[in-house]
Amino acid sequence: MSLVVENLTIDHGAIRAISNVSFKVPEGQLAAIIGANGAGKTTLLRTLSGLKEAVSGGATWNGESILDKKPEDLARSGIMHVSDGKSVIAELSVKENLALTGLWRKDKKDVAAATAEVVELFPILGQRMAQTAGSLSGGERQMLAIGRSLIARPKLLLLDEPSLGLAPLIVEQIFQSIKDLVKRLNLTVVLVEQNAMGALKIANEGIVLSLGSVVAVDSAQTLLNDPAVRAAYLGF
Amino acid sequence: MNQFITAVLTSLSTGAIYALMSIALVLVWRSTRVINFAQAGQAILTTYIGYEVVTRSGSYWIGLICAVISGALLGAGIDRFFMRPIFKRVNSGPIVMIAPVVATLALLGIIQAIIGFIWGLSYQTIEAPISTGGLTIFGSIVAFSPFNLMVLIAVTLSMISLTILFQKTNIGLALRASAYAPEIAKLSGIRVDAVRTLGWALAGAAGGLAGMLYIPGSNLYPNAMDVLLVFGFIAAVIGGLDSLFGAVAGAMILGFAVNFSASYISYKLVFPTAFLILIVVLLIKPKGVFSSGKSRSA
Amino acid sequence: MLKLSAPRKRLFGFILLGWALLLISDRIDELRQYQGAFVAMYTLAIASIILLTGYSGQLSLGHSALMAVGAYAGALSVNNFKLHPVIALIMAALVAGIFGLLLGYAAARLSGPYLAGTTLALAVSLPTIANQFPVLGGEQGLAFDIGTAPTRLGEDFSQYQWFFWISCLSALIMIWFLVNLLNSRYGRQFRALRDNPTAAQLAGINIGRQKALAFSLSAGIAGLSGGLLVMLISGVSPSAFPLSLSFLLLAGAVVTGVYSLKGVIIGALVLVAIPEIAESVVSRIGGSEGFTTSLPGFMVSSLLILAVLFAPNGPGHLLHKKKHLKH
Repeated sequence: MSLVVENLTIDHGAIRAISNVSFKVPEGQLAAIIGANGAGKTTLLRTLSGLKEAVSGGATWNGESILDKKPEDLARSGIMHVSDGKSVIAELSVKENLALTGLWRKDKKDVAAATAEVVELFPILGQRMAQTAGSLSGGERQMLAIGRSLIARPKLLLLDEPSLGLAPLIVEQIFQSIKDLVKRLNLTVVLVEQNAMGALKIANEGIVLSLGSVVAVDSAQTLLNDPAVRAAYLGF
Repeated sequence: MNQFITAVLTSLSTGAIYALMSIALVLVWRSTRVINFAQAGQAILTTYIGYEVVTRSGSYWIGLICAVISGALLGAGIDRFFMRPIFKRVNSGPIVMIAPVVATLALLGIIQAIIGFIWGLSYQTIEAPISTGGLTIFGSIVAFSPFNLMVLIAVTLSMISLTILFQKTNIGLALRASAYAPEIAKLSGIRVDAVRTLGWALAGAAGGLAGMLYIPGSNLYPNAMDVLLVFGFIAAVIGGLDSLFGAVAGAMILGFAVNFSASYISYKLVFPTAFLILIVVLLIKPKGVFSSGKSRSA
Repeated sequence: MLKLSAPRKRLFGFILLGWALLLISDRIDELRQYQGAFVAMYTLAIASIILLTGYSGQLSLGHSALMAVGAYAGALSVNNFKLHPVIALIMAALVAGIFGLLLGYAAARLSGPYLAGTTLALAVSLPTIANQFPVLGGEQGLAFDIGTAPTRLGEDFSQYQWFFWISCLSALIMIWFLVNLLNSRYGRQFRALRDNPTAAQLAGINIGRQKALAFSLSAGIAGLSGGLLVMLISGVSPSAFPLSLSFLLLAGAVVTGVYSLKGVIIGALVLVAIPEIAESVVSRIGGSEGFTTSLPGFMVSSLLILAVLFAPNGPGHLLHKKKHLKH
């Protein structure tokens, strides 16, 4: 089970957001996609989760193409896309937000069990069950979004800038949780981040995107030590 | 005193009917962000269907059930086969903003024309199932009948069931999620399109019920529910387009204002009164009297 | 060769058109003259919608009420204030314009469906006010007589030709003015409102005021067309301005292409032609009374849906697209 992206080209309006991007993420691995703003990272994720159409190229998960499917069907088959902190429904309560990914699942017992696990992972959610998601802090919302996606027992997790707008301490927490989850649940994760350092530290592999093209693919460790990458994205 | 009691009671029953229309409009608004002007057409068409059933079967109640069911089917059909293609085709350019509104207006015109083709324009009637004569309260006859009471009860029951559906069931949660944030709902695995069609079906059913409750006190002709559309819309706006409770409350406020002004000032000023209330609400409390404070932009 | 600037070319074009209409008016029969006057009137009304919705992005269902305001103002000017009919037409536009300005400031705070519904309520409630105040003539309404053509034009000069002249002249002047306006800085500001209000605001445009101005202008034009309508039917009453009139105007605007004044006459022609087409259909295939009365509405609504689905930006764009595809 792996994610294979081949020669993917995607337009965003009149702009070619992604040109001929290819990469592979084996099962159980965490790939970090880093790059500056406007590099096309979000567009890439949105295409992988079915919200957007590609111009050409292919992407398969588990051997099956995922480009011609609807987002809700992809979600039901184990691919969860968590966009940034806006990914919770502010008008609904925390409990209701968590319930969204379990609504269509037949195994209600497992949904309950999964919910309990998520609450164990992020205890603060358990304390705020009845509150509206809109009243949560940025970090709590991110936990809620990730927690909600976990309840669907996904196999592939697409995370879009989970650290956006969050305090450094919270970011640490969240990155650590993601790393643990990958190990514990054997998840495959594509982590898109502007926080290149934090992302590369927990990733197995790193992919550097610039203006829609892949400019570097290597193990995360190598990229962390690469002087060009350090200069461009790590700030030192 | 009698005039006051009459005014209060008629306000309650007209308010109840406005409530059904405004609920229908709010249901569609919340799920599709479209004001379904065709609602009046759907409602009157299903009422004609109910009329046919009543005439052939002799039973109002069977007609009522048929009207509600056909309303649901019609609503679902319109979303699935009319609105969805329109949204798909028209997705760029400034026309995007007005295309759905214009489409529902055009649909209203078509439905009313088809009704004219099939049934003609002359007035028909649907007999009420129970007495429409005034009740006797405190020894004097009041302009409020057992039928009016039935209308009130029917609307209250509908509102309670809808609220339970929305707040306490999984389907209701899916409906709300799809209305608030369709993308997040999709990414959570909710079939947003199907859910939206369900919203339209519920709205259609509400419209069908409204028609069967309204027409027995009035006449049946193609434009019979246009007035209800206007009042239903004003009621929805007063209450805040995003809230079912607001829709009902707004309808009651409007019902009272309109009836009292008709009773105590002049029946000719019914529409201007309604318009005045609308303007006042929009200028003072643009979010609607009962809304949760979300922004007003479409 | 004279180097003409765009505005001069435009003026020349309009004068040419006016002269052509003059010639045509002599050669057509009275029915066509009457219909022609209606076309001119509808052209103005549709232009007002195009200005408001197409250019400044505000959807109004209340233009029937705005026409009514102009109509009543015109009728009152002649009947109660004994003003000259031409002045009456100007009053129609002015009064409607002022009303539109007030309404416009309120409308500026409303968006999309809220504006649509409010204008809908206006369209439904305004005409009924006439029932309440006797000076407005109640349900029967007021009479209006534009007077006959000056004797200078000869005895054969029919009343309908006179109508035709007045309508066309008013329409030509107003549309010429509008076209120039929309090609100026104001037109660009209006379009900025429609396309990107935030950017417009950042560019220093006062959104509320611009929207109200657009509304006022649109109302004035609608008011003028209302005055013309009153002249054509020799009177004004609440039933002359039903809600369906608003819908008709919107349909005419969308069918022609609501985003540009080009071809606005087509919409007016369609609106006037449809009842005639419907009549000939009925006379050919027969039908009940219900069929006859409902057919025009059916045709307009169907046309509107087809326009939304297949030519949302106007038939002109459709031809454009086809041309591009061929290459």
